[in-house]
Amino acid sequence: MYRLPIGDYVERLTDWLTVNWAGFFGAIKEFLLGIITSFEWLFTIIPFYIMIILITLLAWKLANKGVAIFTLVGLLIVQSIDLWTETMQTLALVITSTLIALIIGIPLGIWMSRSEAANKIIRPILDFMQTMPAFVYLIPAVYFFDLGMVPGAVATIIFAMPPAVRLTNLGIRQVPKEVIEASKAFGSTDKQMLFKVQIPLAMPTILAGLNQTIMLSLSMVVISAMIGASGLGITVLKGITQLRVGEGFEGGLAVVILAMILDRITQGLGQSKKKISKRENSK
Amino acid sequence: MSKIEVKNLYKIFGSNPKKILRLVEEGKRKEEILKSTGHGVGVNNANFKVEEGEIFVVMGLSGSGKSTLIRCLNSLIKPTSGEILIDGENIVGCNKETLLNVRRKKISMVFQNFALLPHRNIESNVAFGLEIQGINIEERKKRAQKAISMVGLEGYEDRMPSELSGGMQQRVGLARALAMESDVLLMDEAFSALDPLIRKEMQDELLILQNKMHKTIIFITHDLDEALKLGDRIAIMKDGVIVQIGTPEEILTSPADGYVREFVKDVNRVKVVTASTIMKKPTPVALAKDSVRIAVRKMQEASISSIFVLDKEGRVKGLLTIDDAMELLKSENHDMENVLNKDICTVPPDMSIENLLPLVIDSKYPIVVVDEEEKIMGIIMKVSVLAGINGEEGQNV
Repeated sequence: MYRLPIGDYVERLTDWLTVNWAGFFGAIKEFLLGIITSFEWLFTIIPFYIMIILITLLAWKLANKGVAIFTLVGLLIVQSIDLWTETMQTLALVITSTLIALIIGIPLGIWMSRSEAANKIIRPILDFMQTMPAFVYLIPAVYFFDLGMVPGAVATIIFAMPPAVRLTNLGIRQVPKEVIEASKAFGSTDKQMLFKVQIPLAMPTILAGLNQTIMLSLSMVVISAMIGASGLGITVLKGITQLRVGEGFEGGLAVVILAMILDRITQGLGQSKKKISKRENSK
Repeated sequence: MSKIEVKNLYKIFGSNPKKILRLVEEGKRKEEILKSTGHGVGVNNANFKVEEGEIFVVMGLSGSGKSTLIRCLNSLIKPTSGEILIDGENIVGCNKETLLNVRRKKISMVFQNFALLPHRNIESNVAFGLEIQGINIEERKKRAQKAISMVGLEGYEDRMPSELSGGMQQRVGLARALAMESDVLLMDEAFSALDPLIRKEMQDELLILQNKMHKTIIFITHDLDEALKLGDRIAIMKDGVIVQIGTPEEILTSPADGYVREFVKDVNRVKVVTASTIMKKPTPVALAKDSVRIAVRKMQEASISSIFVLDKEGRVKGLLTIDDAMELLKSENHDMENVLNKDICTVPPDMSIENLLPLVIDSKYPIVVVDEEEKIMGIIMKVSVLAGINGEEGQNV
């Protein structure tokens, strides 16, 4: 039977891209690196105690007192096991990946909600991004972007973006038909409808997408470390490869603490949305 | 010029509506078309005019096409063919700007399930249509406040829709439409989702508001009692076709076909049927210039025991009974004037049977229906009131 030479094609395509698109990938690399290093610089130049206070206050404001206390204790633990710098590096990577994923993902989700054609085309691509094992695109990412933070960020973006797209699409599609009809009947343009009705009503779902994107970004930490992304992933990886169980556990614990803090804060964001919209009304 | 005029309006749902249009025009029935082509007929050749200041009710069961029809009027659903003239301007196939302008300035709409924006408070919901138009915030607040007080929701401006009951939410829906200050109000089953008591209250308030505002209202309902109560005129729809258009009384007293008759069978006619429908021709009558003798002869010929006496303008002077007439003939003075019974009950032609009933019960004599100039139009006897309740119409008028 004839064997489809898919593997050959992919290899040739990768080679061709590496050679001919070097400038393009170089630009992306510089861009991403710029963002990541800025965040890293910002998070590490601020003394840890101020950073802890800032994040705790943020948790208090966006979530509640319980989350704030958990944040404080969690970050103190991270500091006490000497993983502060690594945690901040990971935070920079996660925030960068999440930002890029949202900047690309939310407009894509909006587009999918408005066009059946876009919906049909993008959906399988998202399936690909979510289920294709990350290692498969990790290697080409290294071809294109060298080792380091950037291929890690790209791999993370690919893996973490789909929920942002899907949930934005879902949120907009779930806006009740009657409300859409009413806003049309009162003479909304498409743009007014999108920004005054659809996005505000889809916001809780979009924020759930943000939450998922952050969680998935964190789950990529160790995989990114394999291609040289600094941060907690390196600590865990070292623990595993050198059979230092304790060190590995500490790295893992720091990831979990960071994940829980980010999760609770972004969930709080969704809930406080109601209060905010009440305040906006009085403007 | 009518405020709204609809001419040969069709709406066909499906992949190739233009092709199916020919079948519909040829008179194929809705079910046949659905079965053979998979296309749905929403509105089938609707023609009607709505005058300024009128409440025009479109009534039909679910699936009759009434919601489709009302949505064609502001192009929430694009008609397949036909014309919709609003202030003489055809909005079928008009460009986007014209349509936006119609929706913003001319027509506003109230929805069955309120369709409020859950993320905005009451004031902001009411002002939504104004915000869309880019009206500045002071003006917006002023107009929203006015609309809110019209529907009696002062003090609720800062509440969220989810905090209000259904009736109150629909008041917000109504206020949102009123704030637009457009001439035409489309109300799509606006009160159908409310409890019966609240619904009645809202109907009453709508009528009170309408007395002040004189909007042109197109009201969709599946509830005949609501249609009869609110409608100046009613259109009854079935399978996308308007079967009959008429005043509530016309619908009740002369249903166009079996479908409408079946519909109106159980209606409380007492509220709708008026004096003019059940009155009978006042024959014979005596004229003031007639002598008593002639009056008596007229009574004898018709075998009646009393007769109305009219002046030369046709106004009722009084009632002459046979006994009084005989007395008069025996006496010296033959002037009818002295023995006429002047205690006669007169009513306008549009008084409902409900209001007539107590008068009929109290009065010894027939009741006289008079026009604005007090001229006699007909008379109503006890028996004809009962017949009217039963659905038998007055004859000879």
